[in-house]
Amino acid sequence: MKQYFSFIKRLFHFYYDGFRNMPVWGRKVWLIIIIKLFIMFVILKIFFFHDFLKTNWPTNKERTEHVLDQLTNSSDNHDRQH
Amino acid sequence: MIDNIDLSLVDWSRAQFALTAIYHWLFVPLTLGLSFILAIMETIYVKTGKEEWKRITRFWMTLFGINFAIGVATGIILEFEFGTNWSNYSWFVGDIFGAPLAVEGILAFFLESTFVAVMFFGWNKVNKKFHLVSTWLVAIGANLSALWILVANAWMQHPVGMVFNPDTARNEMVNFWSVLFNEVAVDKFLHTISSGFLLASMFVLGISAWYLIRKREEQIAKKSILVAGVFGLLSSLMVAYTGDASARTLSKVQPVKFASMEALYDGKSNAGLIGFGILKDADKKIGGKTEKEFAVKIQIPGLLSVLTGGDRNSYVKGLSDLISGNEKLGLISTSEKIQNGRYSRDVLTTYKNARLNNDSSKVDSLKKVFNDNEFQNRYFRYFGYASVDKPEDVIPNVTASFYSFHLMVILGFLFIIIFSVALFLLFNGTISKRKWFLWIALLSIPLPYIASELGWLLTELGRQPWIIQDLMTVSKAVSRISTGSVITTFILFAILFTGLLISEVSIMVKQIKTGPKH
Repeated sequence: MKQYFSFIKRLFHFYYDGFRNMPVWGRKVWLIIIIKLFIMFVILKIFFFHDFLKTNWPTNKERTEHVLDQLTNSSDNHDRQH
Repeated sequence: MIDNIDLSLVDWSRAQFALTAIYHWLFVPLTLGLSFILAIMETIYVKTGKEEWKRITRFWMTLFGINFAIGVATGIILEFEFGTNWSNYSWFVGDIFGAPLAVEGILAFFLESTFVAVMFFGWNKVNKKFHLVSTWLVAIGANLSALWILVANAWMQHPVGMVFNPDTARNEMVNFWSVLFNEVAVDKFLHTISSGFLLASMFVLGISAWYLIRKREEQIAKKSILVAGVFGLLSSLMVAYTGDASARTLSKVQPVKFASMEALYDGKSNAGLIGFGILKDADKKIGGKTEKEFAVKIQIPGLLSVLTGGDRNSYVKGLSDLISGNEKLGLISTSEKIQNGRYSRDVLTTYKNARLNNDSSKVDSLKKVFNDNEFQNRYFRYFGYASVDKPEDVIPNVTASFYSFHLMVILGFLFIIIFSVALFLLFNGTISKRKWFLWIALLSIPLPYIASELGWLLTELGRQPWIIQDLMTVSKAVSRISTGSVITTFILFAILFTGLLISEVSIMVKQIKTGPKH
């Protein structure tokens, strides 16, 4: 148990020292990473990227029916030269 | 939600996905290749004990870190798009996509994130050998992560190892190994990672050339050119070899794409390989679609037949054979595939209605039809053709396919020459004096990026109108959401990714100007 805690402590210090002694470029890229993740998960995911099927059809059965309708619907044969 | 599909919705959804994938792919190949270059450099340091190699490794590791950090998680946006813009597709692919992506996520998280920390924070804290093992594990982990997403993409090009369940409207994986060792996946993985190695080698060569032009860090630059030159030359040869294997596989599993990238309309024996060509509209048409012909071409007679079939007499299928059918070759026409696809759709429709009406005897009898091999191999394999109007609609944009393929190949041969010349000049000791070559090397840094993106353009444009070859068209895959929201997120992505790219380039240029620490 003592060895286990000692390992955790060393691991903590390893990361702590690493982040503390990070060069300027490292701090800049971490700032960019945090901003990027914020935009992705807080702005884009919450406001723009809902799971379309989960949002509109609450059960798997309904989602299945919707997709089957889409697959078997022949009214939108719009495939063409791209 | 809208009831009838709007074509601009399909186009905007495709444009958005393309934009995200193209930007994502600006970061990935450098990570794949530079990680191995770092591992090689550090191995030399550990073997020789020379501090100079440690400085070299740490300098390139800084540039690796910037690229890795800026690029990390940009691929997650593609997964957001699957759920929002491509919900029919996401549902239809079932666990085929989920399983490889889950493995990728776990590998990426545990292997890369753990050992990347040791790579950057572990200098002078862990012993040399453990640090070296960590660097190798980052390289292997990054490339293994790429394997899984490439396996998923390969399945879309050549769907194998699954069965469609009409009760859930999903494909279910029945043979993991068939999915993993899908011949398209094997070729794609080897071709893609070797192109990443090549790209990173050109990156190292070009930046080292800049130091030599500026008469700075000469020893470090020359040693870097040695590693980049050897690794780059081997990688570019591997790219050529795996590219040839990929094309041969394509001629079997996606013959329409193959014929399009060669602009081959009339199949023939002793078919020549086009080395260079300029296309123009021909007087002939396939259905309502104008054919292309060569205004100018340079070709090697018989080589296409040799490369695809092993000898000059081997017949290479043209677009006419594939659209109209060819009895001698056992090729059925696209019209027949459309009929077969529509029959399988009718069976699925009847099955769906029988289930809704609780008609259990009909459900049981149709389920037997679904499980029948004859039905699967003759009809359901062409399910996607049910949503194709005219046979010629399965021909992709020939001009885009032809030019993206040929430009990529021309660049591939140019890279072999550049790495060979770099090594020649390095070994005869004149590289520092050959300013013309140093400038070529520096200005060539963007070229592998262009070649790599062209490869993806060929892969994705060349298989239109399919999102899953023969099973699902792009317009069937798209979610019926409003076009306006797709345009909004397209603009947001364009701004976000451009910002990320500018940040990466500016931080990287600053570090390159600063140079290796003494």
